[in-house]
Amino acid sequence: MQSTLSLSFSPSSSAAAVSRSNTTRFSLNTSTPLNLRFCGLRPQALAFNASGNHRSSQLPSRPRSQAISAALSANGSPPKSFDYDLLIIGAGVGGHGAALHAVEKGLKTAIVEGDVVGGTCVNRGCVPSKALLAVAGRMRELQNDHHLKSLGLQVSAAGYDRQGVADHAINLASKIRNNLTNSMKALGVDILTGFGKILGPQKVQIGSSDKIVTAKDIIIATGSVPFVPKGIEVDGKTVITSDHALKLEFVPDWIAIVGSGYIGLEFSDVYTALGSEVTFVEALDQLMPGFDPEIGKLAQRVLINPRNIDYHTGVFASKITPARDGKPVTIELIDAKTKEPKDTLEVDAALIATGRAPFTQGLGLENIDVVTQRGFVPVDERMRVIDSNGKLVPHLFCIGDANGKMMLAHAASAQGISVVEQVTGRDHVLNHLSVPAACFTHPEISMVGLTEPQAREKGEKEGFEVSVAKTSFKANTKALAENEGEGLAKLIYRPDNGEILGVHIFGLHAADLIHEASNAIALGTRIQDIKLAVHAHPTLSEVLDELFKSAKVKAHASIPVSEPVAV
Amino acid sequence: MAHLLHTPFIPSSSSSAALRRSSASSGTRRPPVSPGVVRAKIREIFMPALSSTMTEGKIVSWVKSEGDKLSKGESVVVVESDKADMDVETFYDGYLAAIMVDEGGVAAVGAPIALLAENEDEIEQAKSKAQSPSSASSSASSSPAPAAAPAVEAQSDKAPVKAAAAAAPAVASTHPASEGGKRVVASPYAKKLAKELKVELGRIVGTGPLGRIVAKDVEAFAASGAAAAAAPAAAAAPAAAKSGSGVELGSVVPFTTMQSAVSRNMVESLGVPTFRVGYTITTDALDALYKKIKSKGVTMTALLAKATALALVKHPVVNSSCRDGNSFTYNSSINIAVAVATEGGLITPVLQDADKVDVYTLSRKWKELVDKARAKQLQPHEYSTGTFTLSNLGMFGVDRFDAILPPGTGAIMAVGSSQPTVVATKDGRIGMKNQMQVNVTADHRVIYGADLAQFLQTLSQIIEDPKDLTF
Repeated sequence: MQSTLSLSFSPSSSAAAVSRSNTTRFSLNTSTPLNLRFCGLRPQALAFNASGNHRSSQLPSRPRSQAISAALSANGSPPKSFDYDLLIIGAGVGGHGAALHAVEKGLKTAIVEGDVVGGTCVNRGCVPSKALLAVAGRMRELQNDHHLKSLGLQVSAAGYDRQGVADHAINLASKIRNNLTNSMKALGVDILTGFGKILGPQKVQIGSSDKIVTAKDIIIATGSVPFVPKGIEVDGKTVITSDHALKLEFVPDWIAIVGSGYIGLEFSDVYTALGSEVTFVEALDQLMPGFDPEIGKLAQRVLINPRNIDYHTGVFASKITPARDGKPVTIELIDAKTKEPKDTLEVDAALIATGRAPFTQGLGLENIDVVTQRGFVPVDERMRVIDSNGKLVPHLFCIGDANGKMMLAHAASAQGISVVEQVTGRDHVLNHLSVPAACFTHPEISMVGLTEPQAREKGEKEGFEVSVAKTSFKANTKALAENEGEGLAKLIYRPDNGEILGVHIFGLHAADLIHEASNAIALGTRIQDIKLAVHAHPTLSEVLDELFKSAKVKAHASIPVSEPVAV
Repeated sequence: MAHLLHTPFIPSSSSSAALRRSSASSGTRRPPVSPGVVRAKIREIFMPALSSTMTEGKIVSWVKSEGDKLSKGESVVVVESDKADMDVETFYDGYLAAIMVDEGGVAAVGAPIALLAENEDEIEQAKSKAQSPSSASSSASSSPAPAAAPAVEAQSDKAPVKAAAAAAPAVASTHPASEGGKRVVASPYAKKLAKELKVELGRIVGTGPLGRIVAKDVEAFAASGAAAAAAPAAAAAPAAAKSGSGVELGSVVPFTTMQSAVSRNMVESLGVPTFRVGYTITTDALDALYKKIKSKGVTMTALLAKATALALVKHPVVNSSCRDGNSFTYNSSINIAVAVATEGGLITPVLQDADKVDVYTLSRKWKELVDKARAKQLQPHEYSTGTFTLSNLGMFGVDRFDAILPPGTGAIMAVGSSQPTVVATKDGRIGMKNQMQVNVTADHRVIYGADLAQFLQTLSQIIEDPKDLTF
């Protein structure tokens, strides 16, 4: 089994797929020459390890140890007794969620972290960005004279202190990080410091070579790092990723944001609120790909068009050079289809928000014959890791960004909980269509389930009708009281049986409103039942109430489960 | 949600209106929903008002194409308003004869966007009508005044409608290249503002990092016209002159970029509480000085600017400005802007540091600025940095007038002509003196009556004893 390590010679997934069919033939006799590429990397890794505990979160490659060969020899059979019931590699939100649930289920649990507890979300993602967005939202309110006037408020010129804003984000991250650490410590989860490396089945090396722990089940939860396309030189000052941007070390007059997904969109909200002008560079033909088209259109009308933002769509940033020698940041744009040079931008800064790449290098996956696909660890619907022969690796799971199923913190956590359910004897498959997502712009965007085109495609394939219901925030009392009537909620459903296929919300507190819909999807609640549920008045949740009520479902409400209680 | 075009069909030209009126005698006149709505064979489809705040709309897509038959209630076009995309339906049966604003084009509410023919025979007629210039959609800023249609026909120098539509792409995906292929680098907000203010980016000189055009450059460029128009009376002068030379009477002419900017700024000026203080100054000594140094190239404008600057040195509050309503700025330099009438508008070239520069240099500088202004080559800093404005109509024999305060400055002084006047002197005699009247308009939030009075007193002392003007 272990000898297939040699097959990692190919960095590309397509080549890996080819090699998979040849595994047995190759593995026995050609390991040495094919291993060359791998060996070539090792001295670098050694140097890294030799420097003791110095580790940088910026490096996407994990430290490797020289102990591979030694480990291989001792690796034939799994250990009989284990140090832990469950070992989780990576203490991000996914690992944390899994650990807490494992303790609840009575498992002896350890978590391995080579960087800081909290992972991307807490330290370089959702959490600090929410701090910046909270500031952005308030700035927007205070700067909107028209809005304030209509509320009868008078505010003199609003200003901000950049360092103060940055500190708020940093403080929030460290507070949440401490909460996370303490919650695990309090529950008796062992936090093992060092990069985890899989040596073989149920065996993991922590950091330096002398510490090896065994566990009955192992969860890989190593997360992701910002993805930087080639040709782009990130200097961390004028050409930055979200990691740097969250530190808010400077607020440029003009910043180009490469990628208009939710990361780019949130940062455009922050930067424009703080007075920057923004230029989006999007490879696809429209901004905000991935959102329901109707929501995207409305979002563009509210979040892009009236702000100091312009955009180039259908173009790649083929080369980005940081500002130096008095020259600005230059961005060369080429047509996404023809690859012809199209334009050059000269801006003060560029934020690369082109997505995230899995952080799985140096994890020792080769020791258990797992080949990553573009860096992602292949898993089945139960997060069980699949090896290069297409077989499940026993007792090994991968959750979160590292498997690439749904790169969201709470999805990772849900996957982790699902895994814990499985290893404690209860089969569980997470319904990813019930996992909500949100973009924390002002106003917010949230969604769960399918988009309208996806639902229509599915309906056509499976032969069911798809209907759409919409309600506006303009009709909601609470929204109007806040003078924030801009917004839309959209329900995509099956009129025959009342199944909710997707819900998309753009409007005030959309991210908080989505859960009524996502819970309904997760629990299989039908529209004809949920529409009878009562919502407090006046609240924003009435937007969803009205949405469910406006759906035209042919099926009748099922009989209430609980007995009516008289008052 | 679909919106009906409630008032979209209005006679499109005077000639056809006349025709229709005669044919309307057969009794097919529509109920008078709004006056002027006459049953027409060729109707115009107007940009509808889809929300109360909508002033212009963008054509997202035409659902129907030219020649298609339309029946009442069918969607014809998708319009993007300031709030949402909406399908617009026809109110009448007919044929979509001609599309006047293409997809991606922008038209003001009430501007025609297409022609609707009642039967197929009239499609050609409608098309030719669409070809002929019409102003409504080419001037997005014009008010929804379809009643002006007859007058509109009279204009012949309007850009074709389609060109206007093409000139308004919403997405600034490329830097517009100016003449000579030189690339224009403008920030997103600058581009947006330029579009709003209808200013051509190619004409603006950027002052941002590495010559980038930033928002304030666009604002300054647009305001240049406005500041200059601070003296509306002065504006009237060139306008009157022009009316003598072949202006078509009764025509409606959309604002030029400069006029739009002036209009905006003039309306904005209403937000500033101003007041006026006048003073009569004896100019015998100044006139004598002028006569003496005229041969050295000194102009009266330079002398007045110099005198004003020297008076401002002693009264810095008159040289201050209040922008946000909460604070005011004592400007660090004294820059005298002087209104100059140019063809098609007004501009205010600025004599910078007029208190420090000697009157000879000032005169040369002034000549240079005026030449540049006439050639429309003034740079933004040469017309937008004034801290105090002078407007002089004395050369037309105007003895007194008052000026509107340009937004963003503290005061403006209207200068009348210097005229021989019979005056009683202190020793009880009657004498003849040259006197001129000046009238200062100031922002009372920061400059009070006593400030202006003291300033004017100082100014009159300087002018009546002008030895300091030449150092």
